[in-house]
Amino acid sequence: MITLTINGLRASVEKGTTILEAARFLGFPIPTLCHHEGLSPYGACRLCVVEIGDGPGARLVSSCTYPAEEGLKVRTASERVIKARRMVIELLLASCPQSKVIQDIASRHNVRQQRFRQEYEDCILCGLCVRMCEEQMMAKAIGFRGRGSGRSIGTPFDIRSDVCRLCGGCMQVCPACQLRCTYTEPDKAVCGGCANLSPPCVEKEQFHDMMCYMSPCVACEIRKD
Amino acid sequence: METANILDIIHKSEGKAAIISILEDIQEKYTYLPEEALRLVATETGCSLTDVYGVATFYKAFSLKPRGKHCVSACLGTACHVRGAETVVAEFKGQLNLQPGETTPDNEITFETVNCLGACALGPIVVSDGHYHANVTKREVKDIIKATREGTHGSDGASKDYEFSLEASCPQCGQSLIDAAYYIDGHPSIRIDVMTDVGTGWMRVPSLYGNFVKILEHIVPEDALLTPLCPHCGSNLQGELGCLECNAPMGTMNVDGGVGIISICSRKGCSGHILTLNGATI
Ligand code: SF4
Ligand code: SF4
Ligand code: SF4
Ligand code: FES
Repeated sequence: MITLTINGLRASVEKGTTILEAARFLGFPIPTLCHHEGLSPYGACRLCVVEIGDGPGARLVSSCTYPAEEGLKVRTASERVIKARRMVIELLLASCPQSKVIQDIASRHNVRQQRFRQEYEDCILCGLCVRMCEEQMMAKAIGFRGRGSGRSIGTPFDIRSDVCRLCGGCMQVCPACQLRCTYTEPDKAVCGGCANLSPPCVEKEQFHDMMCYMSPCVACEIRKD
Repeated sequence: METANILDIIHKSEGKAAIISILEDIQEKYTYLPEEALRLVATETGCSLTDVYGVATFYKAFSLKPRGKHCVSACLGTACHVRGAETVVAEFKGQLNLQPGETTPDNEITFETVNCLGACALGPIVVSDGHYHANVTKREVKDIIKATREGTHGSDGASKDYEFSLEASCPQCGQSLIDAAYYIDGHPSIRIDVMTDVGTGWMRVPSLYGNFVKILEHIVPEDALLTPLCPHCGSNLQGELGCLECNAPMGTMNVDGGVGIISICSRKGCSGHILTLNGATI
């Protein structure tokens, strides 16, 4: 067992527990975006920053990837943490303002404006879909391609992947396109219409703006005819 | 694309999932990475196609599109940039009518920009099929394209010589050591005198950096040590440096009026050399 202090509260956790898990266990909320229970930690969004250490040695780390250490002192909501977190939210808003998930996070943290050049990305490169496809669906149909500003997610050669099973898992976890592919029934979480031949999205106005790895999806085919 | 070829390349790696080196070998053979090749790599190595594709698109050295027979890269690194590489690149774009990374429609030349070739003192640098052109100006672009198309600097695209012409002079008296009457490899040679066991005579070396033959008046064994002398003032050109290859003393000459120094090994058969330009060692 490892003993660490979170916001002044001592806690003993199993070796290998992340700060995020320990903090949540103690009831301290830490917002996350690229973290998903059941998927390996990835540390892409930096929303989960916390401050560790003391005095001048204190630093910000992503709690979802940082394992608990003996005697570690963690602050989950210090001034520095809040500032950094709000900055991350602004950056997320700057790249993908249309995401319902990001909007919700922003409103919870009272961020109403962002100061950067506005973009309308379809993807924030959180890697959730890639991990979902690989770790839960055992398919590895999609992955990261390219690098730097040209980095993107998709299937090899941008064609329908042989190993994709149209499970829709990737879309279900995606914070950027989730809303779109749940269509009108957000509580159902994943529409899956493509797979059962009754795609509801064909009727939808913004059909062409949709991003869907199921291409060519049944819906697209129907729409074309 | 020959499936057998690709399989050979893959199996050479002995089952280890050495994706990058496999892809390098394929790219070397085909100038690019064909889709079927990537699929084969995935099935043969057991890596997922997604990962193989991710690696292939991550590195700039890999191309998924066929490349031209010849490859011209212009350096846009900081040093070349401030020395005017931008205008050189613009000239290439205009003359070849393409964007960096593209290939001419006749499949002859692929033009690309790179970020540093490590020879900043010579910038702007353009490399065509492995041949370095130093201090390129807008005006020279046309000639470089022509030479590249004609393959006048080696057409196989695989030659990796770092060749450019050096203007050598004596560090003592400053007089030129270039012998315009004696050509080696189509360039005037560098001529100095050398003292050997069989007497003092001339020695000529190519002024083309990248070629290291020594042509002597006298016949001496390959491992003989030569004492280099200036043919004008007679001073000994032996410097303090020892050869990195064989530890023999090195003869030292000024390059381009003193912006650099070239040291060559004083052993007849050794190709050891050190070129320093503006303080940078190449
Ligand atoms: S729909 Fe295809 S790409 Fe998406 S998680 Fe399922 S198998 Fe992977
Ligand atoms: S497509 Fe969605 S889930 Fe996948 S990386 Fe982009 S934002 Fe994340
Ligand atoms: S494309 Fe349409 S049918 Fe397919 S998953 Fe998305 S919303 Fe559903
Ligand atoms: S949740 Fe930790 S970096 Fe995204």
